[in-house]
Amino acid sequence: MSQKHLQSIHVSHYKHTAGCATEVMPVPDVVKISMSQHIGAPCKPLVQKGDYVKVGQLIGDTEAFVSAPIHSSVSGTVKGLEEQRNAMGGIDTLVVIEPDKKQEIYEGIAVPEVSDLPGFIKAIRESGLVGLGGASFPTHIKFNPKNIDEVHTLIVNAAECEPFITSDHRLMLEDAEDLIAGCQLVMKYIGLDEGYIGIEENKPDAIAHLDQLLADKGITNIKTFTLQARYPKGAERVLIYEITGKTMNAGELPAQHGCILSNVTTIAFVGQYFRTGMPLVSKRMTVDGDAVATPKNVIAPIGTMINDVIGFCDGYKQEPRKILMGGPMMGRAIFSDEMPIIKNNNAILAFSKEQSLVKEETACINCGRCHQACPFKLIPTALADAYERRDAQALSNLKVMQCMECGSCSYICPARRPLGFMNKLGKAVVKEAGL
Amino acid sequence: MEKKTYSNLVVSSAPHIVSPVDTTKIMLMVMLALLPSLLVSVYVFGFRVITLTAVTMASAVFFEWAWNKLMKKTQTVTDLSAALTGMLLAMNFPSGLPYWIAVLGSLIAIIVVKQLFGGIGKNIVNPAITARVVLFISFATEMTTWTVPKMAADVTSTATPLGILAEGGAELPDNMSLFLGFVGGSMGEVSAIALLIGGLFLIWKKIISPIIPACFIGTVFVFAAVYYGLTGGNAIEMAIFHVLAGGVMLGAFFMATDYVTSPLLPTGKIIFGIGCGLITMIIRIFGSYPEGVSFSILLMNCLTPLINNFCQNRMYGGAKKNEK
Repeated sequence: MSQKHLQSIHVSHYKHTAGCATEVMPVPDVVKISMSQHIGAPCKPLVQKGDYVKVGQLIGDTEAFVSAPIHSSVSGTVKGLEEQRNAMGGIDTLVVIEPDKKQEIYEGIAVPEVSDLPGFIKAIRESGLVGLGGASFPTHIKFNPKNIDEVHTLIVNAAECEPFITSDHRLMLEDAEDLIAGCQLVMKYIGLDEGYIGIEENKPDAIAHLDQLLADKGITNIKTFTLQARYPKGAERVLIYEITGKTMNAGELPAQHGCILSNVTTIAFVGQYFRTGMPLVSKRMTVDGDAVATPKNVIAPIGTMINDVIGFCDGYKQEPRKILMGGPMMGRAIFSDEMPIIKNNNAILAFSKEQSLVKEETACINCGRCHQACPFKLIPTALADAYERRDAQALSNLKVMQCMECGSCSYICPARRPLGFMNKLGKAVVKEAGL
Repeated sequence: MEKKTYSNLVVSSAPHIVSPVDTTKIMLMVMLALLPSLLVSVYVFGFRVITLTAVTMASAVFFEWAWNKLMKKTQTVTDLSAALTGMLLAMNFPSGLPYWIAVLGSLIAIIVVKQLFGGIGKNIVNPAITARVVLFISFATEMTTWTVPKMAADVTSTATPLGILAEGGAELPDNMSLFLGFVGGSMGEVSAIALLIGGLFLIWKKIISPIIPACFIGTVFVFAAVYYGLTGGNAIEMAIFHVLAGGVMLGAFFMATDYVTSPLLPTGKIIFGIGCGLITMIIRIFGSYPEGVSFSILLMNCLTPLINNFCQNRMYGGAKKNEK
């Protein structure tokens, strides 16, 4: 069977840290744990100034359905609550803890005992797990779709198509046992028949390692699936198309197409949680960029300040002008390095002045590269024109809502127009017009 | 140790990296692709090819610069689009053209056709082609006074192959000399192989799509083959002749593929290419001018907005119409 591909672009990989074995960062002098590390309602802090907390202890929770509880990543004393503007522009409540560096484990930590789906979903919620690929959607909701009888396939997103980031790659080499165990648990309790681990072909060692492990264990219903090493093969709707051939429109869920799709780190955490019982309190991330002295893969406690993480990588070798949470294609630029690590951070990239300049926009020359780059064959240049006229009907006719904001059009545009960003704004125009 | 923090970082929307190809590089690539033709032209017509091209390019850049300066607009000469327009325009000149006509051509291309419509990306028709047509009609004698090729010792007429075809009076050159380029004609049109090398380079570098050149040249070939087949001529030989002679190669690879004035979608490019080929051949065979490439591209440029509107884009998940 010849595989069908969506349009994609070649972006230099910059995977400098692919050979860097993950280093566990020592506990820093302070952690600030955000109460909103997921899509949905923020958690309410359950601790107050002066409380002594231990590793894995619940420190934030809420009754709201779309949310995930938050646990302490260190043992130490709560110094108080702080409010800070986050990268999205909203205000977060942070629980500030001064670690005693003894890392005492909370007494309640135990491997969950589960026998059925409700028990599994409950355990997943209690682990604080959210989608670790970047969306941070609470996993216990994703694993319990309304049409759970109709889902049959697990798709693990290990494409890691963002440049620079290698944390998923390192995970597959270092924690493959947890990943496979996680796949098996998810498939067992949700009742899935087959699983695919989608990996880009630029990680042959990870593919070979997983194939070997699966063969050794005699597992036949989980397979690795080799993807082209092009951007954006790791986007949810692109990945589903590449693996199953199914077209998923904007606003639909993978479950409507019979799939549960999760990031590789999320699935590996399931395996790890059912092995240790420790909730999500630390995170593996790639630290890179031309302003970082020693690029590394690091496991840091959640709540560690970004400048402490960079300090662990021997600090800045030149003055940073732009720092990203996530990759350079879809990551978010933050205004300060005094921000805490949250659950979904998979990379911290710090760039020097030369790499941080925002390119000057020039006139569209109608070259059509944006259209040829768009995985969904939208016409970004026409969308941008419609947005500049604030023409909601034209935006809607040109299917602006299908845009997944992958940024391929902005990347490829020789006139340096922020096409992807204009699509984002164009969606707001359509919503406002009620179309 | 005092910890230094940074809280005045650059915040911008993703993506934070961009492709190395920008407008300037694209224009540079096209100029590079024109070099083989220019070199052949120097070989065939002599050194004046260089000075005439230089004058045309320099004046085009000057007019672009002066207009932006005068109108207090962002300076756009560094995108090299004006330089490319000048180079393309020069390709359409006979090498003996007076310099002042070349400068006038640049003025028409840059100021009238490009800047009056809003500058780069906004012009409706191709500046170089339009300027050529204006000069061709206004200075018919100067624009068709062809230089005798240097190596063609036995040539008795300086007429172009298409001129000979239209008016007779001499023997048609064979297809091989057309292909190699040792015939009379404008500077950029003489050698089909040099243009082909440049065109294939652009396709290989993904600067242009092969659709328009393929449809344009294909239509010329098929039209000529059918016409001469029906009228009892040597169908294949004449079809090859029409592809190699005149401006088809230059037009198909370098003029009709101009991004701004050609359709965006592949289906639109097919219509555009076929349209160019048809109009070219209708003018060549039934019209009073021996050559129709410039007119055909100019006419199809005007139809481009219509073609863009007419062509439906097949998008991912596009089956569901009128969904909310």
